[in-house]
Amino acid sequence: MSETRFTDQHEWVTLDGDNATVGITKYAAEALGDVVFVELPQKGRKVGAGAEAAVVESVKAASEVYSPVGGEVSEANAALEAAPATVNDDPEGSGWFFKLKGVSAGDFAKLMTKDAYAEFVKGL
Amino acid sequence: MRYLPLSSDDRSAMLKKIGAPGIDALFADVPQAAVVPLSVFNLPDTQGELEVDRALSKLAARNVAAGAGPFFCGAGAYKHHVPSAVDHLIQRSEFLTSYTPYQPEIAQGTLQYLFEFQTQVALLTGMEVANASLYDGSTATAEAVMMAQRLTRRGKAILSGGLHPHYAETVETVAGLQGVIARAPVTPGSAEDLIALIDDETACVVVQSPDVFGLIRNLRPIAEAAHAKGALLIAVVTEIVSLGLLESPGAQGADIVAAEGQSIGNGLNFGGPYVGLFATREKFLRQMPGRLTGETADIEGRRGYVLTLSTREQHIRREKATSNICTNSGLCTLAFTIHLSLLGEEGFTRLARLNHAKASALADRLCAIAGVELVTPTFFNEFTLKLPKPAAPLVDALANKGVIAGVPASRLLPHDKSAANLLIVAATETCTDDDIAAFAGALKEVL
Amino acid sequence: MDIEANRRRVTAPGYHPPEELPTISGDRGLDHEEKLIFEIGRDGVTGVDLPQTQIAATRLGGQKRKGAIGLPGLSEPEVIRHYVRLSRKNYAIDAGLYPLGSCTMKHNPRLNEKMARLPGFGDLHPLAPRSTTQGALELISELMGWLTTLTGMPAVAMSPKAGAHGELCGLLAIRAAIAARGENRPRILVPESAHGTNPATAAFAGFTVDEVPAKPNGRVDAEALKAKLGPDVAAIMLTNPNTCGLFEGEVIEIAKAVHEAGAYFYCDGANFNAIAGRVRPGDLGIDAMHINLHKTFSTPHGGGGPGAGPVVLSAALAPFAPLPLLVAEGDGFKLVEDRDELPAGAQPFGRMSAFHGQMGMFVRALSYMLSHGRDGVRQASEDAVLSANYILASLKDVMSAPFGDGPCMHEALFDDSFLDGTGVTTLDFAKAMIDEGYHPMTMYFPLVVHGAMLIEPTESESRESLDRFIHVLREMALEAKAGKTARFDGAPRLAPRRRLDETAAARKPVLRWKRPELPQAAE
Ligand SMILES: Cc1ncc(COP(=O)(O)O)c(C=O)c1O
Repeated sequence: MSETRFTDQHEWVTLDGDNATVGITKYAAEALGDVVFVELPQKGRKVGAGAEAAVVESVKAASEVYSPVGGEVSEANAALEAAPATVNDDPEGSGWFFKLKGVSAGDFAKLMTKDAYAEFVKGL
Repeated sequence: MRYLPLSSDDRSAMLKKIGAPGIDALFADVPQAAVVPLSVFNLPDTQGELEVDRALSKLAARNVAAGAGPFFCGAGAYKHHVPSAVDHLIQRSEFLTSYTPYQPEIAQGTLQYLFEFQTQVALLTGMEVANASLYDGSTATAEAVMMAQRLTRRGKAILSGGLHPHYAETVETVAGLQGVIARAPVTPGSAEDLIALIDDETACVVVQSPDVFGLIRNLRPIAEAAHAKGALLIAVVTEIVSLGLLESPGAQGADIVAAEGQSIGNGLNFGGPYVGLFATREKFLRQMPGRLTGETADIEGRRGYVLTLSTREQHIRREKATSNICTNSGLCTLAFTIHLSLLGEEGFTRLARLNHAKASALADRLCAIAGVELVTPTFFNEFTLKLPKPAAPLVDALANKGVIAGVPASRLLPHDKSAANLLIVAATETCTDDDIAAFAGALKEVL
Repeated sequence: MDIEANRRRVTAPGYHPPEELPTISGDRGLDHEEKLIFEIGRDGVTGVDLPQTQIAATRLGGQKRKGAIGLPGLSEPEVIRHYVRLSRKNYAIDAGLYPLGSCTMKHNPRLNEKMARLPGFGDLHPLAPRSTTQGALELISELMGWLTTLTGMPAVAMSPKAGAHGELCGLLAIRAAIAARGENRPRILVPESAHGTNPATAAFAGFTVDEVPAKPNGRVDAEALKAKLGPDVAAIMLTNPNTCGLFEGEVIEIAKAVHEAGAYFYCDGANFNAIAGRVRPGDLGIDAMHINLHKTFSTPHGGGGPGAGPVVLSAALAPFAPLPLLVAEGDGFKLVEDRDELPAGAQPFGRMSAFHGQMGMFVRALSYMLSHGRDGVRQASEDAVLSANYILASLKDVMSAPFGDGPCMHEALFDDSFLDGTGVTTLDFAKAMIDEGYHPMTMYFPLVVHGAMLIEPTESESRESLDRFIHVLREMALEAKAGKTARFDGAPRLAPRRRLDETAAARKPVLRWKRPELPQAAE
């Protein structure tokens, strides 16, 4: 069974066993506006929890994407490079950024649940 | 004061509207201790146009303009003829007195010429993309080194001994913070072995061609050797007219080209403003410094231009920007673009041939003088001579005879004793047969 | 006010405006569509007459170009028409009020252009023999005198080529001064309201950037700043007057605290034009400040440059000024380019660029200064501040000024709260100004104010011009608030282009022209 959790930097992460998929939330995608460019991590790169792993840019803003959990990059969503608009169209689905393996459940447990994140966004 | 439209009645009425008793009230936030009376400034009061013109003209008259007589200085700044249309057009109010084109709807004039400029620079250098200019060739070179350091995640930059020494010092000052800057030995008239210096820590090799002595360098083997070690080749061009006759750096495998564009459209101006040209391969675009103009369409579907990929720049990316540059060489790029448009392929090629022909004729004439030797077997419009005596005093002696004979190498390399007798001499299309004869005649007299 | 004057004459009785009818040419009166030079030019045409030279034997070492470059050929009349047509698509200070806050779009006197083109300045080689450049060196020396006198600082470095380059010069001098003390201080404090060049320069110079928050009154939080000071702080970078158009009243205390912590005070002098001739930055305790000659001293912005950014330095930093140094020698001057010839005490941190700075800008700036004189410089500052306050006072009841009732300096800052609920954004409001014949103000900067609109009228506007501008902005604000938003939707409508698709431009960058029949051609 997979579960999705959220960060206060507006990333989401879905954990399935010790594999994770990471993207940015719908809220973040809307705040950025039309995404024009993403820079993705190399396969095999090890990232720590909270480390800078990717970059997402709109015309007037650029923002780092921090990996919510630690692990090794097993895949990056290369389709985004040609079609960055996917991040706006389907941020929490086909607009995912990268996948990790060897993720510790401990990192994951510290993140916000869907409801907690919804509350957090309301407060912004 | 002729530039200030407010009358004292206007000022009083405006203060009244604001509800301020006097102008001092508007400066109320300034600590009292820091407000000074006018008398602390030991400076003159307002003067009319006539007086200012007179004072500045007097200072100007104490200099010897390049056009005043036979003139042969180069070494990074070149005297060329700029067609009259160029200065007329760049003085149009709409170009001269506009700001950076941040509002594209009312700045298409600037944006379109920048797009034309970027295209021209890419074509000349043989690269895929060029930016909308940096300050000058030397700062462009420093930016190129920093870009290579970011791209390769390595620190070391190898600078050819033929790189203009002032460029090398600029690179050391700015890019030296991110890694070791290794300067190869200076070998006037021949190419030092750069390939042997390239190692696994090397971010880039920086080679100028024609080099500071005028020698034409072959970049191809250096590019290959650099690429084999994962390093980049940065090609530097200080005389852009040379590309009318020489193979482009892009065709020789350069990854970044940093160049000085002053020769096209811009005056000597005692060193500035000039125009830094910067071009690279499309795959390195995201690490490029400086503004970029791109083509797009407006909401009615009409073609138009905008500043683009701004997330690389300081106003959006702040401390993560690829450079801190904001104001660049705007109007100098316009002068460049107009001059190059006037030249076109045929004019530019002819100009380059003419420069090479003048320099060849001058070299032959001077080397016929006993004791004068040509140091640079290859050259474009600038070469280096070895004189039988130190060059610097000879240049002063020649200046007294009305001939500005070139740049003594010792001026650029004061510590290099072997450079003492070397003179760097440039001849462009502005050089006449009489100028050549005057130089040769005067040189014979002072030797 | 005679806003109606022109209209009355054309709107004769019985006159009905024609329907919008597309023209056959695609041009619209004075607004001509213009292709790229690459689409106009062709082979066999040139705009210069140069001889075809025969060269018996070239000495190019086998490096001769093989293929063509690909430059188009155009005659002189075609080139002139092309660039004249392009010029007419630009807004310009010569044509209208240009209220870009922080950018200082003031009048550019034409005398300055004439002076810069005198052959003794414009046609002078940077490495010409010293005896032939004494007038130029004296001009630089005279300008240095004006800059140090107006700022009350002991030294000035002339080679930086713009404001950001000046910032770099200042921070490198600070880095050298700290190194000379045998210390290592990696951190620089920068207020969050700072211009982007400040954090970018700090990072460029190898420092880490630590942001200092602003207070609700638009000034830097001096207490927060002091709390961040420590033995690892190299400097603060503070803009004064700041980017909100306000004077940092606690500047002297801040300078004291900074110095007590062993750090240096870099001041961004982009806004010196508000205080020149009234306040000397040297009296405020700063260590380094760049002066944008293209702002305060009116050298033209030229569509984005060139500028010049000399940096005044305190006694503590003066020894570290970069090469070349201008020194008096006999009854003339000389440029010291080399470390062996340094005057006593000098320890230059290096070199900023190949030659000695933006001479063309120096001539223009000195011409401006001599014309104004010290009294005119002071009057210009006062008029700039007066005009900004006049705008603030005239608009604050219909727009929203975020920082209360106090006076501003040379620019009036508004936020977008007056547009709340109208559906009109800062961008819409600014773009609608274009249809009214104005260049928009600076938008969304500084970042500390929501939907910022920063208006800098400068001293160059008459009262009538200011009144007309105020009238237009008032009416616009009132319409927006009354729900009449038609003029904001998709504005501008009357410019050479309407809003451009910046997203498409960034997603698939087209940064140069390519020959259409060979789209994949490798040049
Ligand atoms: C506050 C401020 N600081 C620094 C700069 C940078 O100056 P420059 O564009 O001359 O590099 C600017 C210019 O826009 C500015 O407004």
